[in-house]
Amino acid sequence: MDWLLVLPLAIPLFFGVVSILARNNLLLQRWFGVLGMVVLLVVSIAILIGVRTQGILVDQMGNWIAPFGITLVADHLTAFMVLITAIMGLAVAIYSLANIDAERESFGYYPLLHILLMGVNGVFLTGDLFNMYVWFEVMLITSFVLLALGNRKEQMDGAIKYVTINLVSSLVFLSGVGILYGMTGTLNMADMAVRLDAVDSPGLVTTASMFFLVSFGIKAAVFPLFFWLPASYHTPPVAVSAIFAALLSKVGVYALIRVFTLLFVQETGYTHQIILWVAAVTMLTGVLGAVMQTEFRKLLSFHIISQIGYMIMGLGLYSPLGIVGSVFYVIHNIIAKTNLFLVSGVANRIAGSFHLKHLGGLYRKHPFLSIMFIIPAFGLAGFPPLSGFWAKLTLTIAGLDAREYVVVGIALFVGLLTLFSMTKIFAEAFWKPLPSDRPKPAAEVEGIPGVAGIRTMMVPIVLLAVMTVVLGLGAGLFINVSLDAAEELLDRTRYINAVLGDP
Amino acid sequence: MKSLILQTIARLLLPLMILFSVFLMLRGHNEPGGGFIGGLVGAGAFSLYAVAFGPASARGVLRADPRTLLGLGLLVTVLSGFFAMVLGDAFLTGQWLIFHIGEADFHLGTALLFDIGVYLVVVGATLTVIFSLEEEST
Repeated sequence: MDWLLVLPLAIPLFFGVVSILARNNLLLQRWFGVLGMVVLLVVSIAILIGVRTQGILVDQMGNWIAPFGITLVADHLTAFMVLITAIMGLAVAIYSLANIDAERESFGYYPLLHILLMGVNGVFLTGDLFNMYVWFEVMLITSFVLLALGNRKEQMDGAIKYVTINLVSSLVFLSGVGILYGMTGTLNMADMAVRLDAVDSPGLVTTASMFFLVSFGIKAAVFPLFFWLPASYHTPPVAVSAIFAALLSKVGVYALIRVFTLLFVQETGYTHQIILWVAAVTMLTGVLGAVMQTEFRKLLSFHIISQIGYMIMGLGLYSPLGIVGSVFYVIHNIIAKTNLFLVSGVANRIAGSFHLKHLGGLYRKHPFLSIMFIIPAFGLAGFPPLSGFWAKLTLTIAGLDAREYVVVGIALFVGLLTLFSMTKIFAEAFWKPLPSDRPKPAAEVEGIPGVAGIRTMMVPIVLLAVMTVVLGLGAGLFINVSLDAAEELLDRTRYINAVLGDP
Repeated sequence: MKSLILQTIARLLLPLMILFSVFLMLRGHNEPGGGFIGGLVGAGAFSLYAVAFGPASARGVLRADPRTLLGLGLLVTVLSGFFAMVLGDAFLTGQWLIFHIGEADFHLGTALLFDIGVYLVVVGATLTVIFSLEEEST
């Protein structure tokens, strides 16, 4: 019985509700936004400490013993994800103080942000497959509203693509759950893992696993199911783009890692080989798409796809080091990518545009901002000693161990192209002189501080840049911790025994 | 559109439907019914009133903003789960007070609190939608 695990769900819900009740007081809502994230951060640190000291934490909701009730489970991977969610929530909540206009705020931006985090945490914590579907829906619906809030034409365009394909994905997910339930008669993931071993036709299980690969593949934006992501991520305000980039597709990656280490390990030669090749193609198409782009956030969106490839490459390798690489990559990428999105917002605030063509001269006028861009950008491209280097190194070694030379080659080549497109942003937006024929910066939107707000926006940017550096310098320590996570994921009996009780 | 018949009936039905919705909610404990269906009937009562008299006067009769009801409902639902914390059980474990009155036992539990929360959420959410749609059309 561990109350700690309920709190990452209850706290955002509580603050979301309080924000609804305080809907006429925007100031209160803003500070509840920040306060809620701080509380969430404290709780998630407590969970990580709990997992480190006591092993896998389990809580049976309503005292209904697994596999009959809904179980919340936190192992290392979950604890990392919940912690990083809280950090991103805090960064975005601070950023929102200066980035979200009063109109969006009064239409419920803050309650939605809290509930979104609740949905994300729910996916991470639940130990029940159907419950995971429910949390995915919570996340999907809130993100849909966040995306559409503001009601501009391109937002609607993006939101409709986003929601349609994600509904299809949920349908596929639900079908997969139904088939598995038919085969095993349970929804609890630990119980299901036990019973799937007893199913006599492994081919059937592998078929069912493809439902999950497609469904979570859509949510994680892997090749060839990623088209919704670059169509939608650049349309809402930067704070919303940033939280989406930080969390939404990674929730899909988390779900892939969870089901393909816990449930579907019967024919790894087949399923995980598919994942590996999907990873390779995802990396390549993502980065090639990015090279084509000239819009700041669209370029970053294509990079998300490419990075998702690295994350599931480790899963495809299915070795301890591979999983370490995946976990490390997810954490590193969330921090660096979110930071780049936040920087794009500041650049837009200064120069009034997201188009690289219209940006320029930022390095001359704002050298500090430029450094804050270089750190996550080079981190992403994998420069030592920043975090991305260690993540890629781990994956490369894991790939070489598994003799997957072609995939490793693609991964390294994609790293090069990533560097190329990051340099492109730097050269265009920061280095070249400000173009004279650019359109005038749009008038400051009412209800948000103008240039004065930049200082507030820089707070999370600096915070995340420092984290990228720390993660790079302290990589040894972090990789050791990730190794524990990988051992836990590859040794299913620990998860199963924790949930179902020792046999 | 003003209709004398509709207005008279709506005025008459409003309290009856609300009473019925509460009845449905309480009945849901052991028999068909519950917070969700009760909430829908309750929202139906106010929607009927809004059709007859317009959304402005329906808001007046409801007094509270439906969004506030929604928030309060969610809050009550969450709190009902936390009663278990005080007594050291897992989240959402039902807690019961049992009164013995004469021959009968009365069970008063957190499940009822949860249902009240659901009722408020359903009333609040449904009426938020219906009122906004009605206001848009007039």
